[in-house]
Amino acid sequence: MKHKSLLLVVTLGFSLLSGCSTMGVNAWEKDLLAKPEMALDEQPLTDALDDHIYFSKEASSGGRAYAGGGCGCN
Amino acid sequence: MKKNVLLKSALATATLTLITGNAHAEEEQDKSAPASTEQAIGDWKFDAAFLFYSESDSRVSAIEPVFNANKRLDEEEYLNLKLTVDSLTGASPSGAVASDQPLTFTRPSGNASYTVNANEYPLDDTFKDTRAALAANWTFPVSDMTKAGLGANISKEYDYLSASINGNISYDFNNRNSTLFAGISYAFDSIDPVGGAPIALARMQPVGDPQNKLSGSQDKDTLDLLLGITQVIDRESLFQINYSYSMSDGYHNDPYKVLSVLDDQGNYFDDGIPVANVLFESRPDERTKHGLFGRYKRYIDGDILDVSYRYMTDDWEIDSHTVDLKYRFALDNGDYWQPHVRYYTQTQADFYQPYLRQDQPLPQFASADYRLAEYDAITVGLEYGMKTAAGNQWRFSLEMYNQTPTEPEKYGALQQQTLLPDWNAVMLRVNYSF
Repeated sequence: MKHKSLLLVVTLGFSLLSGCSTMGVNAWEKDLLAKPEMALDEQPLTDALDDHIYFSKEASSGGRAYAGGGCGCN
Repeated sequence: MKKNVLLKSALATATLTLITGNAHAEEEQDKSAPASTEQAIGDWKFDAAFLFYSESDSRVSAIEPVFNANKRLDEEEYLNLKLTVDSLTGASPSGAVASDQPLTFTRPSGNASYTVNANEYPLDDTFKDTRAALAANWTFPVSDMTKAGLGANISKEYDYLSASINGNISYDFNNRNSTLFAGISYAFDSIDPVGGAPIALARMQPVGDPQNKLSGSQDKDTLDLLLGITQVIDRESLFQINYSYSMSDGYHNDPYKVLSVLDDQGNYFDDGIPVANVLFESRPDERTKHGLFGRYKRYIDGDILDVSYRYMTDDWEIDSHTVDLKYRFALDNGDYWQPHVRYYTQTQADFYQPYLRQDQPLPQFASADYRLAEYDAITVGLEYGMKTAAGNQWRFSLEMYNQTPTEPEKYGALQQQTLLPDWNAVMLRVNYSF
């Protein structure tokens, strides 16, 4: 199971890297992506609050960011 | 010109915080263009958030204020400081099963007891804590295409201390359409449970008797790795893919969780000791997790679609899937409505047991913590965002969380009880950025 997931990750990684070079836009075409609301970390405090709630109530954490911890949350 | 203003304001928000650990697409920059909304070099930018969280059936309530200060030190150099306070009260499921008889439990301190009524789901209402956490992060350029970050966190509550350090590096390539990200975090936790850490699978004892607890604190180390790529697809969309690895070593028990010991009729096994027959839980002292996270964000004529999926698997045999969907409807006046739906499902840990049986051998590891059981959860929410005349941002959000566990197998008298009831939580959040 573990080896399978690892293989999947490695395969995905390589196909992504090779695929990436064909995607993208010119610098002057980034007006929409440059909007603050299009940033992936647009709401860091909300993300951190949500991560903390789900870390306390669910067995999985992390993925988007570090798995976190740092509390004996009930 | 308008384009430049947008680019500059985007750069101002492009603080690659270590907390979120996100790489993101970089933008070309026109250094000569002034922009009123930009965070100028030397300027501070502040964000405040307040969360009110309340679970059904008088379970946990929490209030959590957060204050964040971000200083732009140089063109691409930022210092971020964040203070979080977390104040909780209420009751938490102890792991014991309900019974048609009243049940008496000793409080974690060993100095008092509490009684749960017949046919009531056992909650431990001792629960009350305040946590304070401080995080500091510094982001700086290494070269034209490479940025790095260093951070430290400390979090303290009554029975728990956690300290962590982290570092990351991100590299832009492919005409700044692609960003590779690598991060590492190391955390050290020290746990000092009220009344001492229980001996694994030892029986709860009555007040006044020796409590089967260890003296001194318990430790846990956690190493997290995060590898990610962010890719611009076209003028309107981008995606992100992360692989995460987490390995923890040390004390993983919840010192306040127990398991009921039942007889062959499904009743608590009577061993003559005048508190409910429960044993303290026992978890492995290692855990390794792998995660795959994918996110897609698209600009749709002023609106924004933000969708993500996460798969996690670990050596406790917990697999989970999370799907998260946000859609931001832009209003003509610049405000927005953002509905949010999140679906989560997990399998149970291989050592999860809703109860133990007296007539069966004791396993090495066992926990009846509902968070290690099999369940689905749904979050539904709505956020409203508005900007003031001065350009400051308010966000108001109301969300409902519902967890629906799979009821475990039951027998005898147990069949009249619900072992894992559904529960809900309400989350109310207010953010202000200025």
